[in-house]
Amino acid sequence: MDGTAILPPAAALLLAPLLLGVINRTKAFFAGRRGRPLLQLYFDLFKLLRKGATYSRTTTWVFRAGPIVGLAAVLAALVLVPLGAVGAPLAFGGDLLVFAYLLCLMRFFTVLAALDTGSSFEGMGASREVLFAALAEPALFLGLAAVAHQSGSLSLSAMIAAIDPATWVSRGPALGLVATALGIVLLAENSRLPVDDPETHLELTMIHEVMVLDYGGPDLAFVLYGAALKLWVLAALLVGLIVPVRTGRPLLDAAAGLAGMLSAAVAIGAVESSRARLRLVRVPKLLVGAMALSALALVLVLR
Amino acid sequence: MAVLLTAMGLVALGGLAALAAGRSSRLATILGAGGSVIGCGLGLVPALSVVLGSAPTGWHEAWDLPGGSFHVGLDALSGFFLVPTLLLSLLAAIYGGEYLRPYAERKSLGRAWFWFNLLVVSMVLVLIARNVVLFLVAWETMALSSFFLVTFEHERAEVREAGWTYLVATHLGTAFLLVMFLLLARSAGSFDFDRMAAVVGLAPALASLIFVLALVGFGTKAGFVPFHVWLPEAHPAAPSHVSAVMSGVMIKTGIYGLLRTLTFLGPPPAWWGWVLVTIGLTSGIFGVLFALAQHDLKRLLAYHSVENIGIITLGLGLGLVGVSLHLPALAVLGFAGGLLHVLNHALFKGLLFLGAGSVLHGTGTLDMDHLGGLLKRMPATGATFLVGAAAIAGLPPLNGFVSEFLIYLGAYRTVTSHGALAVLVPAALGIAGLALIGGLAAACFAKAFGIVFLGEPRGERAAKAHEAGWAMKGPLYALAAGCAVVGLCPWPIVQSLGPVLGTLPGQSVASTGSTLLGTGHLLLLATVVAGLVIGLVGGLVLLRGRLLARRPVEETGTWDCGYARPNARMQYTSSSFAQPLTSLFSLFLRTRRRLTPPEGLFPGRSSFATETPDVCREGIYRPAFGAIERVVGRLRVLQQGRVQLYVLYVVLTLLALLIWKMG
Repeated sequence: MDGTAILPPAAALLLAPLLLGVINRTKAFFAGRRGRPLLQLYFDLFKLLRKGATYSRTTTWVFRAGPIVGLAAVLAALVLVPLGAVGAPLAFGGDLLVFAYLLCLMRFFTVLAALDTGSSFEGMGASREVLFAALAEPALFLGLAAVAHQSGSLSLSAMIAAIDPATWVSRGPALGLVATALGIVLLAENSRLPVDDPETHLELTMIHEVMVLDYGGPDLAFVLYGAALKLWVLAALLVGLIVPVRTGRPLLDAAAGLAGMLSAAVAIGAVESSRARLRLVRVPKLLVGAMALSALALVLVLR
Repeated sequence: MAVLLTAMGLVALGGLAALAAGRSSRLATILGAGGSVIGCGLGLVPALSVVLGSAPTGWHEAWDLPGGSFHVGLDALSGFFLVPTLLLSLLAAIYGGEYLRPYAERKSLGRAWFWFNLLVVSMVLVLIARNVVLFLVAWETMALSSFFLVTFEHERAEVREAGWTYLVATHLGTAFLLVMFLLLARSAGSFDFDRMAAVVGLAPALASLIFVLALVGFGTKAGFVPFHVWLPEAHPAAPSHVSAVMSGVMIKTGIYGLLRTLTFLGPPPAWWGWVLVTIGLTSGIFGVLFALAQHDLKRLLAYHSVENIGIITLGLGLGLVGVSLHLPALAVLGFAGGLLHVLNHALFKGLLFLGAGSVLHGTGTLDMDHLGGLLKRMPATGATFLVGAAAIAGLPPLNGFVSEFLIYLGAYRTVTSHGALAVLVPAALGIAGLALIGGLAAACFAKAFGIVFLGEPRGERAAKAHEAGWAMKGPLYALAAGCAVVGLCPWPIVQSLGPVLGTLPGQSVASTGSTLLGTGHLLLLATVVAGLVIGLVGGLVLLRGRLLARRPVEETGTWDCGYARPNARMQYTSSSFAQPLTSLFSLFLRTRRRLTPPEGLFPGRSSFATETPDVCREGIYRPAFGAIERVVGRLRVLQQGRVQLYVLYVVLTLLALLIWKMG
């Protein structure tokens, strides 16, 4: 492990909230507004960290554990995720499984914390979250299997480093399918449109936002920061796949990776501006579609 | 070997003494539970030592029965299954001592303990028997003693019904085993397992026939779909410590039997592996979907046993494919993952069933829609149940993750190497299936824990719940600790699977060793990440504590969107939580809904209920057994209920046989 391995987690820790700022500015641009400052989430986090807390009388320690376990899980996942060709601090065969299950751990505790409030709105959000996650999981695992086959490795860093322009020339269609499937998983897992509208104001229609309704102060800061990091890690996988800049110089590769991340944020903003939200009963079809794309990609690379 | 037999003697003696103690329930409990605890504790010594590498031992006594002999043996495979069996039986006996106390007024506990101890002895005997007759006697004793335990509360009609279903299912399974063993014995010329294992060059068609018979016979006990129908009936009906033993270890004797049979059959063709993978995926997905639709906590757990047996079978199937296509890595990882899941499932399912027992003990109901908020009133049960729920959902850093990691790793390694379609297809299906099962299981246990233990109580009983005593809490803590230990230091346990894998077909201790060593290294790194999570959780707790130290921390009601009069019945229930999933899979689940909608300006009574009966039971077995009953009903004239007449039948049959033999 060399010094450059510290780059991917450091970039995530510092820049993850910026990604949401970029998405929001893009959406504002499409809507013809100026939008909030790029650094708004940083301001929000600092404000929240300085506040006190209010807990519901119904809740138990599970509610208080939710944000902490969630943030800890996604922070631990950071050490496994590369940024473009720059490898992560820790890489071993099968780390993709650890990565996926850490996100599961985060979700499991968020859902339990939501049920702990005893609110039917939060129960509703929790119920939808587990459904979409269960359907997104096979798409993620099969997509990663296709990439793993292509690169002959089971660690995220090596898998992504093995994708270069030549791979795109020879395996373009399969990689394109995987990228599309991972894109859908990214939108669903991070509660973006067309699956969930992060800007909605009606509790009935929310998924992720409604599960964290009862948090305030440092807990809400943990939740928001955790969500930003989750968006970062999944976007980093996608960017590693579709930005095959492999110069061999870590700083240049990292710069290309960061540029890719910012473009991904712009792309998410553009998707969110141009798509209406799907009806809830339609979302499973989208996710099953992603599963089918991943499976097709796997068939194509195995052929 | 002598130690193990002495230990089992003690358990049996404890059971007999409990039966003799008769009316005094207290004495019966001390004798019965005491015998089990001491005997199982003693038996763990030889079982552990053989798993850790000491030489296999045996014991042979002639027996005055045609084909039979008291031939028992203890090798690594038996030892590996014995460890969870003895451990869980020991903890369940401690737990049962307190759990059964409320029944003491109206039931004879002596009988309950007699059957419990007999179940323990017979399970151990099944695992160490090396003779067909001995094996079948033990197998039958196991079935009957568990039948009497399932029907412990026989005054309830649904318990009797469950008991009969179980009795019929287990005997149908045994019928297949009987044929299978006769075929094996004929080709070996002996009823001894050693001689069967020594047969080489079994005709492929015969071997396949034996494999299929074993699949049905042992699969009925293990709970393969569609032979699982007895499982969601019998496990909820039994007393909770018995459910834990039945679900945690008794159904694993089916897996053991299948593996033992495989050692007799020589090199397996690839399609056996495909069949196992298919059964594994079907059982896994079927089990978890039906679990999601249940409202009764123990029924939900019983369906999860079907799911976990599916995961185990998937691992074993991949291993078998690996053996037949000469892919040592897949073979080792598949078998190791499946076997480790046997141990893990015993730990977390034992824990969950005992936890459900504490809920029943503390509230008097298992209907999830009447529970809620129990974590406040039953903190120990709740916390340990959460550990079990996270473990069964396969979350790191607990044990379920380790075994699923091994199976995934085997499948992924196969996908990365450029192999033949014969192995790529099952591996890819395994990955997709495990991912779906994992996601659904997480959903289901979020529901089970969230609805029962979190939120506000949904009924009077939940509001007045009380925590269990130490004898019931102790086993819960022990099992939760077991889940954490296997999850946090998996590599020594995975290494110790070496000798066990060496007993399986196509495996040698030397060749498995290197693969396991490599895997141990990966598991170590995975554990580093898990340790990082734990460290970060600790750090964040401290951080939040410091941030909030001098600031106001208030308590208030849950945000209800401005609605002024929320009540506990407005919470999401288990049915509403699962509704999006059940309606998505409605084609398959066929949930029945009974709705009386509110009508008029001032609606009076309205109600809504859902019920999800087992689709195999409704679609296959009920019509089939109905038809059989109609046909066999015509023979009822023979059955007049007079003993003299039956004696006459016996005499006539003997006479006919005699004439046939003479002629």
